[in-house]
Amino acid sequence: MKTSLPRLVRNHRPTTFLRILTHSPRWSSSLSQRPGAAGVTFPGAVNSKFTSALTFEHPSTYPAIPTYRCTSPDGHLIDSTILPCPDALALAMYENMISVSIMDLIMFDAQRQGRLSFYMTSQGEEGTCVGSASALEKGDVVFSQYREAGVFVQRGYKLSDFMAQLFANRRDGGKGRNMPVHYGSKELNIHTISSPLATQIPQAAGAAYALKMQRLQNPDLPPRVVACYFGEGAASEGDFHAALNIAATRSCPVIFICRNNGYAISTPTLEQYRGDGIASRGTGYGIDTIRVDGNDIFAVREATLKARELALKDGGRPVLIEAMSYRISHHSTSDDSFAYRARVEVEDWKRRDNPITRLRKYLENKALWDDEREAEARTRIRRDVLKAFGDAEKELKPPLRAMFEDVYEEMTPEIRAQMGELREILDTYPAEYDVGEFEGGKDSLEK
Amino acid sequence: MPLIARIYRRGITSSRPLINNVFNIQTSCLYSTLPPNARLNIPTDYSTTPLLAHNSQSALQNPELSPEVRNGTTKRMNLFQSINDALSISLAEDDSVILFGEDVAFGGVFRCSMKLAENYGSERVFNTPLSEQGIVGFAIGAAAEGMKAVAEIQFADYVYPAFDQLVNEAAKFRYRDGAEGRHVGGLTVRMPCGGVGHGALYHSQSPESLFTHIPGLRVIMPRSPIQAKGLLLSAIASGDPCVFMEPKVLYRAAVEQVPTASYTLPLSKAEILKEGKDLTIISYGHPLYICSAAIEKAEKDFGISIELIDLRTVYPWDKECVLKSVQKTGRCLVVHESMVNAGIGAEVAASIQEDKETFLRLEAPVMRVAGWSIHMGLLFERFNIPDVARVYDKIKQAVEY
Repeated sequence: MKTSLPRLVRNHRPTTFLRILTHSPRWSSSLSQRPGAAGVTFPGAVNSKFTSALTFEHPSTYPAIPTYRCTSPDGHLIDSTILPCPDALALAMYENMISVSIMDLIMFDAQRQGRLSFYMTSQGEEGTCVGSASALEKGDVVFSQYREAGVFVQRGYKLSDFMAQLFANRRDGGKGRNMPVHYGSKELNIHTISSPLATQIPQAAGAAYALKMQRLQNPDLPPRVVACYFGEGAASEGDFHAALNIAATRSCPVIFICRNNGYAISTPTLEQYRGDGIASRGTGYGIDTIRVDGNDIFAVREATLKARELALKDGGRPVLIEAMSYRISHHSTSDDSFAYRARVEVEDWKRRDNPITRLRKYLENKALWDDEREAEARTRIRRDVLKAFGDAEKELKPPLRAMFEDVYEEMTPEIRAQMGELREILDTYPAEYDVGEFEGGKDSLEK
Repeated sequence: MPLIARIYRRGITSSRPLINNVFNIQTSCLYSTLPPNARLNIPTDYSTTPLLAHNSQSALQNPELSPEVRNGTTKRMNLFQSINDALSISLAEDDSVILFGEDVAFGGVFRCSMKLAENYGSERVFNTPLSEQGIVGFAIGAAAEGMKAVAEIQFADYVYPAFDQLVNEAAKFRYRDGAEGRHVGGLTVRMPCGGVGHGALYHSQSPESLFTHIPGLRVIMPRSPIQAKGLLLSAIASGDPCVFMEPKVLYRAAVEQVPTASYTLPLSKAEILKEGKDLTIISYGHPLYICSAAIEKAEKDFGISIELIDLRTVYPWDKECVLKSVQKTGRCLVVHESMVNAGIGAEVAASIQEDKETFLRLEAPVMRVAGWSIHMGLLFERFNIPDVARVYDKIKQAVEY
């Protein structure tokens, strides 16, 4: 390229070098250390002191991060400093927890009978979900993984909404496109669940940044945070690392809520990580972190209330909550967990310590609950679930057209042509397809 | 991303004169010399190519521009400057636009975001940690909450860590949210792509066909400063997530008069750059300059007229325009820089032969000139990327068939 060489060189002339020197904060902040200084001033770790002791930091010498709890297993408040939860809210949270557990039992069996393609229960984690959701404001945005039915119930997702999604009928907001349990609600500010693990975590950081920017640009808007749920297994994904790091560097008002239930399908935590759970990673990213007892709904609620306050402080910052619990249920309806863990272990957790019985004891101690009310509530909820179940099962499916819509904002000519092709196939081979259960039959495929 | 890559990038892009001079002299001696008697493979002269608007008049006569824009002024810009101009306009026009990526705040390693952080604030134009999956995940979340997130991936070669976020999340967001109605239409992911003479394996890739296999994404590649500005403003305004690929070899090389006003160019619409009746060449991005040079020679040598089509948006692409042209000419050649296997050419060729009407008009097989199905070895780039001789030869084959 001998003819154009002079041009190339000319094109690469510096135009901004001096400007970089004067405007980039990093250039001016990276002074090398002065003689005799006690601390290192490497730009990468400005507050580090020199030491002449050759010592490695051994994780084993650090005590495990304590687990915050404020209710004893017999339902008494240990921490007297917390504001008492209003009785009406405590009762509502209790009913929401048993709603989830009753729905779980019924839907698990429904799947076993083949009336539903798939289901995932959240037994043992109702407290983490209901408790944390109770501490959020209505406008707060939620990203979840898939085992957070309690969050949905607490925020007002109705039994009919659950059933519409599970049966993928025409009332399903997802238009029958997603697997069961992939709920979502714009009205409740909960983003639709997707199967790929941990992808929602950096998204939550970005969403939190959006809320922060919107309030910077319009201070009349109410302060809002994002809450992002994930399991301890998902925290091994690269997206977890990316998310916590970017949330910290961009000071995003997001609460990361890890449900550490001991298992990722069959993988126990010992094969998931060797550090002190997920919480120990938070401080490494410069994030305020707490570990709580996920079976103690009040501890979860208090920690989330405080986390929300912290997340909005000084322009915003991320907070990490690791809620410890035990996955009492199988991973999903496609899993038999007794293939990799002992039945006795599960039974032990189920009976000895679970969020529902602990809150029940608290309510009974305060004379807000008794066996009679328990029986009434369980009967009522069971009836409501079965009613919603029956109604949803009978409902028509979404129109076939929904299969082609929403890939793009507007249907492309290619997709429109393919919809026409499918229509022609259905016209030519009517015996080969059953379109009767879809709203409008094949006519919805009209271009 | 490997450290060596980061150092190397500085080599290509740094504004430090010493490094640059040394770098360029070395590269031109070692890799870029051409045989003295070459008739076809001579370097593109961007100052005379018919593909660029060399004066205001030709820049403003584009019928795709609104009357107001056509009555406005123009300014001489190269590709990175026109992208910078588009980004600046979108930041000024819409408070919800935010711009971020690796090294974006100081102006970007290719200078595309120069002065934007200074002018629009560090809250709206900022650096992210070095994590592509984080950048795109973050952008999706921001877009899902109503922002127009313009994310930069420093090189298209480094987009793969973000592949999951783009394919499983961005592309499917609207579909899975269904009647709830949320989407990430505000998302635009910009990435420099293509060969630059010495980019080797990880500074040369054009992964567009990996994204054209993904329903839900719009994949766009401009060929010139005018296009870059109009198409980027369209991508940012679009209700769909867009992958915007910028041929980095054109950042400084392609210079033309660009309308100074804010304007958009249509997405998913091809542009006929030159009319012809004997053969259609379909391409996009940088190879269009190669095609244009090859056409000039071939028309003279074979006494034919060739139609040149710029796809502009490679998916969803303008099938109608292409089919209409091939029905007219009966011969067709698809040219792209990325590998031939399962590339854009495969889709275009299959669509041409599949269309009953066009199939009947074909007088020669649909031919492809593209990168070989190999990686981009440092020393071998100019034997790999389609050049004038290869395009000329395929034109000859098509005409003589």
